[in-house]
Amino acid sequence: MTKSELVQRLAERNPHLYMRDVEKIVDTIFEEISRALANGDRVELRGFGAFSVKERGARTGRNPRTGESVFVEAKRLPFFKTGKALREHLNGGTASEEDDDEF
Amino acid sequence: MDNSRTLTRADLAESVYKEVGLSRNESSDLVEVVLKEISDALIGGKTVKISSFGSFSIREKGQRIGRNPKTGVEVPILPRKVLVFRASHVLKDRINNRA
Repeated sequence: MTKSELVQRLAERNPHLYMRDVEKIVDTIFEEISRALANGDRVELRGFGAFSVKERGARTGRNPRTGESVFVEAKRLPFFKTGKALREHLNGGTASEEDDDEF
Repeated sequence: MDNSRTLTRADLAESVYKEVGLSRNESSDLVEVVLKEISDALIGGKTVKISSFGSFSIREKGQRIGRNPKTGVEVPILPRKVLVFRASHVLKDRINNRA
C-alpha cells in the first residue's frame, strides 16, 4: 500500500472529508514524525509503535570489494519498535488496550 | 540526547488540528483512523510505503530453538511475524541534517 492508496482508502471510508484534507492529514502526521526525529526527539504511538533516533559513533569500515579501510563518520539512524498491541495482532493475538503499556 | 522530548498521539492530533482546520476531536479521531488503516494493511500482510518517510513490511520468522538465559532450558520459539521499518533516504538525510 502506497501513501496515495492509503489516502484513497481513508477518503473512501470518510466520505465527509475532502480528498485534499485527507492528504493533508496523512502528510501532517508523517511530517511531524520526521520533524521530531530530525530534532532528536522520540515519537511514541502506543499500540502502534515508537520511533527513535540512535547515535552511531564514527568507525573505520572496510570496502568489502577492495578490503581498503575507509573512515565512516558518526551518524544518527531512525529506529522503529513495534508496539505490543500491533505485534500481537500481527500474530493473530487480540491484545486489549489496557495491556498495551509497554513497547 | 538530554533535552529530547517525546511526541505522542496528542501532539500529532494538535498538528492536524492546526494544519487542516477540523475540530480537535475530529483531528484526534483521524490520527487514530490513519494508524488503524496502516495497522490493518500490515496485519493483512501488506507492505506500507510512505514516500520520503519509509516503508513498513512484514518479515516471517521461522521456528528456532531459543534458550532461557537464566535457566539454560531450551524452548522452541514459534514461527512468527515481525514488523520491520526501513527509513527512506530522505528521512535518514534529514535526521543527519543533510537535507
